[in-house]
Amino acid sequence: MEHIVIIGNGIAGVTAARHIRKLSNKKITIISAEADHFFSRTALMYVYMGHMRWRDIEPYEHWFWEKNRLELKKAYVETVDTNNKTLHFKGGGTLTYDKLIIASGSVTNTFGWEGLELNGVQGLVTKQDLEKLEKNAPNNKECPRAVIVGGGLIGVEMAEMLRTRDIEVTMLVREDGFWSNVLPKQDAEMISRHIVSHGVDLRHNSELDKILDDGKGNVRAVLTKDGEEIPCSVVGITTGVKPQISFLQHSKIETDKGILVNRKLETNIEDVHAIGDCAQQREPIGNRPPVEAVWYTGRMMGEALAQTICGKPFEYNPGNWFNSAKFFDIEYQTYGWVFSESKLKDYEAQFHWKCASDLRCVTISYNKNSNEFLGINTFGIRMKHEVFDKWLNEKRSVDYVIQNLKQANFDPEFYRKYEKEIQSKFFNQSVNA
Amino acid sequence: MSTVQRNMSLAGEPPKTINTQQKLASAIGLIGLAVLFLALVNINFPNKTLWLTASLIAIGGGTVWFSIAAYGNKHEGIKNDGVYFKSLTSKGFWAWVLGITLTLFYVVLYWFPQYLGLVQDGDNKGLVALFDPLSKFLNGGSASQWFVYGTLYTLAILAFGIKFILKYRHNKYEKLRTYSVIFFQLGFAFLIPELMQRLNSESFTLPYYDLKNIWPLNYYNFEQYRVDQFISAGDIGLALLIFGIVSIFIITPILTYKYGKRWYCSWVCGCGGLAETAGDPFRHLSDKRQIAWRVERWVIHSVLVFVVLMTTAVVHSYLGDDSSKYWLTKDVFLISVAAILTAVFAGTFIFKREELQKDARYGAIGYFVIIISLIGFHYFSGKTLFLFEAETLRQSYGFLIGAVFSGVIGVGFYPIFGSRVWCRFGCPMAAILGFQQRLFSRFRITTNGGQCISCGNCSTYCEMGIDVRAYAQKGENIVRSSCVGCGICSAVCPRGVLKLENGPLEKRIDSNEILLGNDVDLMNFVNK
Repeated sequence: MEHIVIIGNGIAGVTAARHIRKLSNKKITIISAEADHFFSRTALMYVYMGHMRWRDIEPYEHWFWEKNRLELKKAYVETVDTNNKTLHFKGGGTLTYDKLIIASGSVTNTFGWEGLELNGVQGLVTKQDLEKLEKNAPNNKECPRAVIVGGGLIGVEMAEMLRTRDIEVTMLVREDGFWSNVLPKQDAEMISRHIVSHGVDLRHNSELDKILDDGKGNVRAVLTKDGEEIPCSVVGITTGVKPQISFLQHSKIETDKGILVNRKLETNIEDVHAIGDCAQQREPIGNRPPVEAVWYTGRMMGEALAQTICGKPFEYNPGNWFNSAKFFDIEYQTYGWVFSESKLKDYEAQFHWKCASDLRCVTISYNKNSNEFLGINTFGIRMKHEVFDKWLNEKRSVDYVIQNLKQANFDPEFYRKYEKEIQSKFFNQSVNA
Repeated sequence: MSTVQRNMSLAGEPPKTINTQQKLASAIGLIGLAVLFLALVNINFPNKTLWLTASLIAIGGGTVWFSIAAYGNKHEGIKNDGVYFKSLTSKGFWAWVLGITLTLFYVVLYWFPQYLGLVQDGDNKGLVALFDPLSKFLNGGSASQWFVYGTLYTLAILAFGIKFILKYRHNKYEKLRTYSVIFFQLGFAFLIPELMQRLNSESFTLPYYDLKNIWPLNYYNFEQYRVDQFISAGDIGLALLIFGIVSIFIITPILTYKYGKRWYCSWVCGCGGLAETAGDPFRHLSDKRQIAWRVERWVIHSVLVFVVLMTTAVVHSYLGDDSSKYWLTKDVFLISVAAILTAVFAGTFIFKREELQKDARYGAIGYFVIIISLIGFHYFSGKTLFLFEAETLRQSYGFLIGAVFSGVIGVGFYPIFGSRVWCRFGCPMAAILGFQQRLFSRFRITTNGGQCISCGNCSTYCEMGIDVRAYAQKGENIVRSSCVGCGICSAVCPRGVLKLENGPLEKRIDSNEILLGNDVDLMNFVNK
């Protein structure tokens, strides 16, 4: 029986395993050093906030793995010997495979600041990071203030977490708006205002210089590049993530930022595949970055690779881009491409609408020459994935999309509708322009 | 229940959860409760009207002030911070204290009302006496233990309903639903029946009738004394009796077809009303394991079979044999019951067979055979219907299901098993509505393409213990008999994935193993 070994029990690895099991009778082993069972990484924050217990963020009950003959092994893979198709574990032990799937995910990305090794400096990517935060910031007596470096999705999650324990939070954001390397300016500014309204000391155009210690190996303060010293006991490093591939250093598997793969998710070594955050496409797909560290893409790679492994070769061929997040109370969904100011395409124009409440806004991107609809950012109004997927495939015009926006609404029943307001702003603007 | 797993977060210290205003508000509420407690231990208050008013206002007002202090200065949005850190809401010490207190209250209420101060022939004492002025004001008579209970129940739905509205003030669905349960509790369950008592006289009595309380939840509606009262009360009584039957066979099926069982369970029902308001802080305690679901299916449908048998036996016992006196004789009645059950059974198996799970088929066949053979056995042999005396069946049902299950376990154990234990495992009305909701209703919860991140908020906060995430992460619609349509899964979803909808029956149960977002060809290939 062919033995499929999967390194990593995150969404990519587990999705691959589930689909391989559905399609075949192969022996499947999932290895993880992080956690006994698959959990939702995006839900780590809710455990610290007291919304859920650890086992609530595990999507499958524990009998699931045995019932589906998915063998779980808790171990850390130290080296991969592709010649002998053997994995070597830290602390001894080996495992041979017929096919290997690497889905080892990401680690926190840092920029070599001074003081990174101090107690209280941490990211928020792994289960261990969550445990560390519980230890470093149990309450606002032990941790009166935390400084978060980086204005992205993990940064705002960490801020929300700490605020639930009334810990003062200072966020250092390099740009002049929250996540403004991704979000258009007006969207970013609204989210910035919302973050501030939750009592976060949000500093734009502010960068970390170094982290200062108290002489006992703990964080005492951070120093910004403007020379300001901010006392704190926790420093959250949330300047993005990078592929976790250090254990492949001495292997023959070719890597760059991540593990290099082709569209079939194959590495340079036969029978070795990589999926999820740790994979890097040799040729970027469309507007997508070569490394995509997103829940959904991890899942989609797992779905595609399972077919290939089971004899139906499929390329990883993601459809229209989509993503989602929640910034404190404001939900965010995006379909298609809406670029930030710095990445704006030369053919791209954007229409922006914002609700008087300052809690909802919509930015729609279109081709200014052809009027083709390119993408939407929606904040505070839920919209249907299926409808936008269809409109993008059909290459609908921006006028069509705005006229039919109601079809895309996914807010709960009885919610106030904003389509008319959006339409009237768009069409008035078009007439004036 | 499941083993208590000490979460690692419990190592840390939760934030202070209660501010000064909340403390003062709690104190006022507790003073109000203390008045009731003093009355209970037979302190005789001089001016009962004044003291009762003060007590009820203190309890209600304290709760509302507490809620304003808790949510008023916070942003609109989900407020589940620290739910699993607080003793009261995570099966800690205070949860057990509250659970045991409530359970004791129910035991006394059902079986020892004399300790509440109820005096059968004479003036009430203690707590019941304290409620005499209000009872006299509303229905003209002195209070009973049920009047005390009804008043406190209504107060709880009102005060905690306002709390719930403040908590979910960003969510119009939740607000409207809560206005609705408050309205139905205050009007239909409390004021209207109380005022109806005023119409009663020597020659005219109507039974106490909460119009929205439909058989089989209202399992005693067709007992002899009630039917006699209905009939003897002339046109009004007859109209009420007919309404009781129409609401089972016409109103309920139509509304459930259009909106799912939520129209009743989370918009109208009093049990649901209490669970959604006072029970809301405990909704996450429901057991989400698959084994609990399996137990639920057997228990709730067994209760339904029990209530059908019991009601049939009771009605049968007082009907006559002579068709010349009245057309509805014992035989006509039994044959009609058998015919209705056969029609439902046959219809389900002919049209919906493929939608039933294996154990559902076995259960349905088994129970159907038992009921029909009992009826047939009786019809041909003339022995006691269903082997037991109707009165024995009625009393057992009233004790086991009516009192122990719905009261003591259903509400007393809110802080331990969650707020909807009765609705999920015991309510025969929920079983009927759920049966229709699963097979013949426009209601479903839809999922939004591929946006689910499997975080688990929906499953955690489902009071009915549905593993919503299991469907959402596969992109499947949620069509479950037990779903009461409270809408909280949709509210707590951080990625806007879930929506309660009424829509066409085609493609209602639609499984997409490959979620939206991936290669279209791959999706078509896998969905084949």
